Amino acid sequence: MRPVLDAQNLSKRFTIHQLDKHITGCTDVSIRIEPGEFVGITGRSGSGKSTVLKLIYRTYLPQEGTILYDSNEFGTVDLTSADEQTVIYLRHHEIGYVSQFLNVIPRTTAREIVETAILETGRDAEFARTETERILAHFELDRELWDSYPNNFSGGEKLRLNIARAMVKHPRLLLLDEPTASLDGRSKERVRLLIEQLKNEGTTMLGIFHDLEFMGGLCDKEYSMSLGSFTA
Amino acid sequence: MNKIVLQVKELGKRFGEGCPRCSGGDPTALERNYCPACGTVYALSDVSLDLFESEVLGIVGESGSGKSTVLNCLYFDLEPSGGEAFIAQYKNGNESIFSGSGQTRRYIRNHVFGKVYQNPVLGLKMKFSSLANIAEKMIAAGNRNVGAMENRARELLTHVSIPHHRMKEAPANFSGGMQQRVQIAKALSNNPPILLLDEVTTGLDLSVQARVLDLVKQIQRELSISMLLVSHDLGVVRMLADRTIVMLNGRVVERGLTDQILEDPQHPYTQELVYSLL
Ligand SMILES: Nc1ncnc2c1ncn2[C@@H]1O[C@H](COP(=O)(O)OP(=O)(O)OP(=O)(O)O)[C@@H](O)[C@H]1O
Ligand SMILES: Nc1ncnc2c1ncn2[C@@H]1O[C@H](COP(=O)(O)OP(=O)(O)OP(=O)(O)O)[C@@H](O)[C@H]1O
Ligand SMILES: [Mg+2]
Ligand SMILES: [Mg+2]
Ligand SMILES: [Zn+2]
Repeated sequence: MRPVLDAQNLSKRFTIHQLDKHITGCTDVSIRIEPGEFVGITGRSGSGKSTVLKLIYRTYLPQEGTILYDSNEFGTVDLTSADEQTVIYLRHHEIGYVSQFLNVIPRTTAREIVETAILETGRDAEFARTETERILAHFELDRELWDSYPNNFSGGEKLRLNIARAMVKHPRLLLLDEPTASLDGRSKERVRLLIEQLKNEGTTMLGIFHDLEFMGGLCDKEYSMSLGSFTA
Repeated sequence: MNKIVLQVKELGKRFGEGCPRCSGGDPTALERNYCPACGTVYALSDVSLDLFESEVLGIVGESGSGKSTVLNCLYFDLEPSGGEAFIAQYKNGNESIFSGSGQTRRYIRNHVFGKVYQNPVLGLKMKFSSLANIAEKMIAAGNRNVGAMENRARELLTHVSIPHHRMKEAPANFSGGMQQRVQIAKALSNNPPILLLDEVTTGLDLSVQARVLDLVKQIQRELSISMLLVSHDLGVVRMLADRTIVMLNGRVVERGLTDQILEDPQHPYTQELVYSLL
């Protein structure tokens, strides 16, 4: 079987013209992920973990390297050079990204946020409605919040919504950037349960977790930024 | 995948005749967009872009960079000095809309594009009622049924939250946010596939801005209209646009996915624009 993701020799350097400064994001990272695998990235702060995820999501473009992604729709795509419409399609249908931060449009309710995410995958409105309620209930988001604007949600509520929005798409590849960093134990457990469920469904995942221990058992491999390779 | 609904190729707009020094297309002959020898302003040079079905494309850049001029040329408010633009509705996209006759241009303006002007005075007849402003665009598109037009106008004004009892009032009495919402209703009246939005939220208070943005987002979600969204506010573009182009001195200096433009800007000018916001 082909790997879902085969990133080879990725290097990213940021140039700040005003300061005439270069900042290293990451150097020579190669990560290969087989279908259904859950891979964790470890490394100290500033070692480039988030940079790697953003390169895969195409928020950043690397100076060197290729990112071969095995798409359901397009076959093998190099995410470093794919055209923008292809990347937008993949973001809607196949590649999910969750960080600690929720970017929301003002005056869009929690329910609309999740429904929109489902509609982007091409499912119908009826399915979007029922599935949204199921997932919001799963994450134990208070019913009174479903039709309110997330601007006023607590940190934990925002996070649960953020994760719900990415997970309802059942993406082929899910990128997780410390999604549980500021969650309480109970909320973390809900996230863990859903990740486990996604894994059982065959979702491929690449994640950064503060305490990878907590994900223990789910994680198949660890990539160490300092070693520049998988740990044994 | 989505189709292209509008393709702009090498659009140019010059104010002035040009002179031997500046007309060769050498950017170093200019001070920003201006020729010091003859006074010609190169408002647009070689601007190309593709707009896809149901996509919002952001256009950002500092004051004077040419953002409004792009929309004004497309809406035939200004005659471009060079370049082409193609839409599927005109000769199957095989001929530039700028080669069309006056009649063709009116048809495109009334059926293909809806526009919201940066300055509401240009988009609305300030002394006519809001209903009449919308009816005017529908009449231009060939509507004759007064009852049906009034119903449609009321429906649109309701959609943009203009209260019933104020629909017969002239926009001159309205706040800036209300005027923008009447412009949006007018632009939508003929169900155009493409909206041209020029600074729809500029100059409005934050709470009013949020309502207008919300409205734009709702239109995009429900009607799948494609939009060219001009704004000097990167926050607006971040919220609404999948892709963004950055203009400077009449040229496109950077283009990409919006998050890429905002988080990993490449061009020195884009970096200045983005970092000044942080
Ligand atoms: N958009 C950017 N522009 C400039 N520099 C950046 C950008 N993104 C990351 N960097 C730099 O790249 C390096 C790696 O950052 P990155 O965020 O990938 O680290 P990390 O391993 O995720 O750290 P942490 O554990 O603290 O989140 C840092 O020096 C950072 O300052
Ligand atoms: N009628 C005109 N005669 C001469 N120059 C003009 C004319 N109209 C516009 N310009 C010039 O063309 C350039 C582009 O103007 P434009 O209105 O497109 O800028 P903009 O990016 O929309 O700016 P803003 O953010 O301030 O609205 C400017 O330098 C402007 O001074
Ligand atoms: Mg990080
Ligand atoms: Mg303007
Ligand atoms: Zn000159």
